[in-house]
Amino acid sequence: MTEYINLKTPLSDSDVEKLETGDKVRISGILYTARDAAHKRLVEMIESGKDLPIDLKGQLLYYVGPAPAKPGYEIGPAGPTTSYRMDTYTPTFIKMGLKGTIGKGGRSEEVIEAMKEYKAVYLAAVGGAAALIAKRIKKVRIIAFEDLGPEAIRELEVENFPAIVVNDTKGNDLYKTGSDKYKIPS
Amino acid sequence: MRQINTEEITDTIEKICVDANYNLGDDLVVSLQNALNKEESPLGKEVIAQILENAEIGKNEQVPVCQDTGFAVVFVEIGQEVIIEGQSLQEAINEGVRRGYKNGYLRKSIVKSPLDRVNTGDNTPAVIHTDIVPDDKLKITFIAKGGGCENMSRTAMLTPAQGRNGVIDFVVNTVKDAGANPCPPIIVGVGLGGTFEYVTLLSKKAILRPVGSHNKDNNTANLEADLLEEINKLGIGPQGFGGKITALAVHVETYPCHIASLPVAVNIECHSHRPKSIVI
Repeated sequence: MTEYINLKTPLSDSDVEKLETGDKVRISGILYTARDAAHKRLVEMIESGKDLPIDLKGQLLYYVGPAPAKPGYEIGPAGPTTSYRMDTYTPTFIKMGLKGTIGKGGRSEEVIEAMKEYKAVYLAAVGGAAALIAKRIKKVRIIAFEDLGPEAIRELEVENFPAIVVNDTKGNDLYKTGSDKYKIPS
Repeated sequence: MRQINTEEITDTIEKICVDANYNLGDDLVVSLQNALNKEESPLGKEVIAQILENAEIGKNEQVPVCQDTGFAVVFVEIGQEVIIEGQSLQEAINEGVRRGYKNGYLRKSIVKSPLDRVNTGDNTPAVIHTDIVPDDKLKITFIAKGGGCENMSRTAMLTPAQGRNGVIDFVVNTVKDAGANPCPPIIVGVGLGGTFEYVTLLSKKAILRPVGSHNKDNNTANLEADLLEEINKLGIGPQGFGGKITALAVHVETYPCHIASLPVAVNIECHSHRPKSIVI
């Protein structure tokens, strides 16, 4: 259980195409944070023809709203939030070259289809393991929407950030295969 | 009559908001350790081990275990022989939340208007439930309720004909539909009976019982056991990656109900279960 695939952002199509449902990855490089309110604003900017504060090509979006950092810490606890709330926005970003998203919980058919078509993956981090995950975040910088507080877009520099592949580029889904394996018919 | 000043209430709330978010209860930790032993999925085991390691970091470094430090939900049992002096009880509680969330480096997760969605900046207001009880004490119970699991909770008004099986189907299907979203392994609080609004409150109170405790009524305790068994047959497992342990516990609280009704509510609680109580 210790075989990890190391990923270094930004990612190419071939980086994500070799990933398979259930693979454990360790990510190093940059992650951009965005959750509900930031997604809404980004899509509004796209619709009104404005430039985005981040270039999504080859990047990973991490669905997180960190807690404030205590003195001596770079960032407060920073575990994933539930992803389905971002489903309506995600295909737009994937079409723009986003290579993956990190959160927890299942995605819609539309998101899974977009990932197949445009080569992107969905990764899960362990929800609630927020203090543990924060230790893999080395640097944090607010990039946009500072007024949103925990929902601002942040650039995180991460080292060996742990995640697991839920949806690969072939349309497989760990949440289905995993529960099917352990399900007991009543 | 016994007098209690609201300053003492504010100080208590400030303290328990932080304590609840940093230090998980022993009942929860023991339940997670048992789950680690019972889980058969290697990935599921790994997840539970990480959750336990995370709990240790919270305790040792005095930091929140989860970034979602919750909606502050406060239950106050007010002894009928107590006089509360000072400001309003509501303001005293909110001031405690305000201080706790600021001084404890907890996330501010509350928006002022559900549709305009501007953050209040201090995690107030709290949701406050009061009960009058026959003594001269004040019992405050705080729970940091995460948004992800709260979103997966459901209420239904079943028919009496649907009975026990109908209740089991509704609870199990609620957990099934929630899947990986509410951060399993979860604690399932079930309210049964009462009215539309009261059954939901019962389901939240059910969560507050020590993890894995049984209802004192035998029939209800049997229902809890059957629900836990059915839920853990779903195979969802820790974080939804597949496994035997989808729920750590099911707690059911009941109340009499109308001859026409069978209300049932399911309040789902994530594994970052953070209640704390203090008696003044």
